[in-house]
Amino acid sequence: MAIVTAVSATFLLAALAPWLGRVLGTRAGWIFATVPAAIAVWLATRAPAILSGTPIEGRLAWAPSLGLELAFSIDGLGLLFGLLISGVGGLVLIYAGAYLGPHRHASRLQSFLLVFMGSMLGVVWSENLLGLFVFWELTSISSYLLIGFDHERPAARAAALKALLVTGGGGLCLLVAVLMLGSIGGSYDLGALLDERDTILASPWLGAIVVLVCLGAFTKSAQFPFHFWLPGAMEAPTPVSAYLHSSTMVKAGIFLLARLDPLLGSAAWWGPLLTAFGATTMVLGAVLAVRQTHLKRILAYSTVSSLGIVTMALGIGTEKAVVAGFAYLLAHALFKGSLFMVAGAIDHGCGEKDAERLGGLRRAMPALFTASLLAALSMAGLPPLLGFIGKELLLEATLAAPTWTTALVVATTFAAALTVTVAFLAGVRPFIGSLAETPRTPHAPSPGLLLGPGLLALLGLAAAVLPATAATPLALGAAGAVLGDVPEKSLALWHGLTPALGLSALAVAVGAGAYAGRRIVRSGLDRIGALDRVGPERLYGAALKGLLAVAGGQTRLLQSGHLRSYVFITLGTVVLLVGGTLWLRGAVPFDAGPENPTWPELLVGAVIVAGSIATVLSRTRLAAIAALGLAGYGLAIMFVLFGGPDLAMTQLAVETLTVIIFVLIFRRLPQFRSFSTPLRRLADGLVALIAGLMVTGLVLVIARTDTDPTLARWFGDHSVPDAYGRNVVNVILVDFRAMDTLGEITVLAIAAIGVLALLRPGRMRRRHRGRAVS
Amino acid sequence: MKNVLLQTATRYLLPLLLLFSVVIFLQGHNKPGGGFIAGLIAAAAFSLHALAFDAASTRRLLRVDLRSLIGIGLTLAIASAALPLAFGRTFFSGLWTSIGGDPATGDPGLKIGTPLFFDLGVYLLVVGIAMLLVLTLLEPAGPTYEGPADESEGDAA
Repeated sequence: MAIVTAVSATFLLAALAPWLGRVLGTRAGWIFATVPAAIAVWLATRAPAILSGTPIEGRLAWAPSLGLELAFSIDGLGLLFGLLISGVGGLVLIYAGAYLGPHRHASRLQSFLLVFMGSMLGVVWSENLLGLFVFWELTSISSYLLIGFDHERPAARAAALKALLVTGGGGLCLLVAVLMLGSIGGSYDLGALLDERDTILASPWLGAIVVLVCLGAFTKSAQFPFHFWLPGAMEAPTPVSAYLHSSTMVKAGIFLLARLDPLLGSAAWWGPLLTAFGATTMVLGAVLAVRQTHLKRILAYSTVSSLGIVTMALGIGTEKAVVAGFAYLLAHALFKGSLFMVAGAIDHGCGEKDAERLGGLRRAMPALFTASLLAALSMAGLPPLLGFIGKELLLEATLAAPTWTTALVVATTFAAALTVTVAFLAGVRPFIGSLAETPRTPHAPSPGLLLGPGLLALLGLAAAVLPATAATPLALGAAGAVLGDVPEKSLALWHGLTPALGLSALAVAVGAGAYAGRRIVRSGLDRIGALDRVGPERLYGAALKGLLAVAGGQTRLLQSGHLRSYVFITLGTVVLLVGGTLWLRGAVPFDAGPENPTWPELLVGAVIVAGSIATVLSRTRLAAIAALGLAGYGLAIMFVLFGGPDLAMTQLAVETLTVIIFVLIFRRLPQFRSFSTPLRRLADGLVALIAGLMVTGLVLVIARTDTDPTLARWFGDHSVPDAYGRNVVNVILVDFRAMDTLGEITVLAIAAIGVLALLRPGRMRRRHRGRAVS
Repeated sequence: MKNVLLQTATRYLLPLLLLFSVVIFLQGHNKPGGGFIAGLIAAAAFSLHALAFDAASTRRLLRVDLRSLIGIGLTLAIASAALPLAFGRTFFSGLWTSIGGDPATGDPGLKIGTPLFFDLGVYLLVVGIAMLLVLTLLEPAGPTYEGPADESEGDAA
């Protein structure tokens, strides 16, 4: 149950964060961070047991009658990701508090971050594919809210929408794949599916499943050709970029590939697909990163490249490659998270985001410079840092790759060289040289801004110097979850004079050269910039435009703005479908009427009819409303006569409020006048008459139909003993079928938001007085 | 424009109608009634107040921002459904306890269960939505809304 507690505590804190934030003020981040810190410590204490092969498990029965339960399990893979999510998450919460300061929506950001954290933990710990999918979608939604946090800026909104549409589209592909796996394997539990592995691998649908899973993973992890949303997501506040877009969310796709690798890894297309797209993404990301000068965008494109590396490693699929992939993933989370937070601290301290316009900050921010330097060296793959170990392992793995060896080695070395260039551009360039003019006078970052980047950078150093304490067991444990057995291997800084070391040295030399001559390199790369015009981003733009055009066209066609045509279309459709069925079946017993109507019944019936006729004939609006109300009240009395007190009360209350609301709405309309020609009114009358006839026929049919009494008897029998209520109607509403009621009131609440927006457009125009962030 | 008779009558009718709505709400489990109906009755009572006086005074009377009331109602409903999860039961299973019951005499006491709080959530939500509609329509159309004040407590102040 500890897992369930960990996930729900995160969501609970997210729900309370807006209030707590108000009480705690700018220190809130430090307090919030205790929850992820506790999760990280808990994971660390349980790590030896998990790594020795006994995963932590937890189950929460949700709706067992529907076969739904939340099943969690932490194995080596879940441990590595769980530590990253909770560890980096805690630091980001502190960092975000310091970054936003007294921003009026600071606690909203913290709340979104916590929702994201809980969803992400759910993704990496889910044992059930349906559960995994739900949490997966929650990460997309929280990411949308986080990217669009500064929602007053159109650029932020567009970027948020882009990320949501791309990852959401991939999510739909994943859902289809999950459903296919479930229907072929007979279960949504990963363990049960693994038992059915042979059935799944023999299925004719295997190809489709592989492609759909890849689409889900590639969109989430920004693989080519879906890489374009990630640099756009840099519109998010920097703490968000550091958390979602470097160390966690974008790795969810990779997690999915790793999680499903034992199941789908032997499929023919799996390895080649992952290797090809991973390698392409790796090279493309590195090239695009060098072209950038905006600090966060440099880092974003290089993240694309790194994600490509891990995808490629999983695609190669050998033991060496998988271990290398996870070692690199760990190193990347540490150095990239750190570099993003450094970029944010620089922006916070001097108001400049362009790497080429920054310089000489080492004097003003010495501690930040140390952190940045360590992270950049790790990213460049220099000893004695974790990035070096990761890159060495990766080069070794490509040298030993069973297929496409030469191409992979060349591509990896090329990407490694450009990564050196990028590391210096983003992590070192702003601090060296002469002090550049910046919008604000540079000042040292506060402890909250320094803690995150500093600690992550130091961890990158410590993990490499003492690999046996954390880096080796974590990387091997995760690899074990993919490969089936934990490999016998250990990570070390020194591997001897290997070919990989030679390639590493070559990469550093080329990368340093490219950094020195970056003007020439960039102008060379700008020549291929013409390709942007046919890139996938353009395609996305065109698709979005097309979608909006179609939506606009069909809205103009259907939503004419004339109430008459709406009513006409709605009634016409119902009459055609229901009335048509009744007519074709010839089932309406028009001869049947109520047997022996009593005088009160006839009287009330007459009142209803009179009310209806008066409504149609009335010359003023108020009279029409009053007459309509008369018909409604008559109906309520009819319910009383036929023994439905609940219905009658509801009808009375609804009728009262409807009359009030009608009066209030009509008060705003112009004078009551007749605009329609007699012919049209005749047509309207005809439609009304036919609709009335159809409803009459329907009621007569229903009255004659024998419904199955089992359900009614069951409700009657169980109402008092099971739900302690004698009013069966109410017991059904709040207990037996409460799920329906919950759905209904949710829809009501959403409708209320829409009504509010329609009635008071002025409300949408309010201005924010908070500080804009980016 | 305001009718003194209506205003005076409302002063006496409003508490009675609200009391009626509470009775209908509480008896709902055994007799006709329940959160939805009771919520509509309360909304009708407040609408009477709004018509007799004006929207601003009804907002003052309600104290709570209606948008918050809708949120509170929905949260209460979901929370009462999720509460059993904390006790190892499934989502939406009813948890019951009784106050002042005496097994010796067979007196069941006052039974309190999560469905009651679910129904209360429905009640608050219905009042919130109906009053939001009525009050928004009653106020002059399209004023420029300045957003909730940074320091004060918004409409309820």
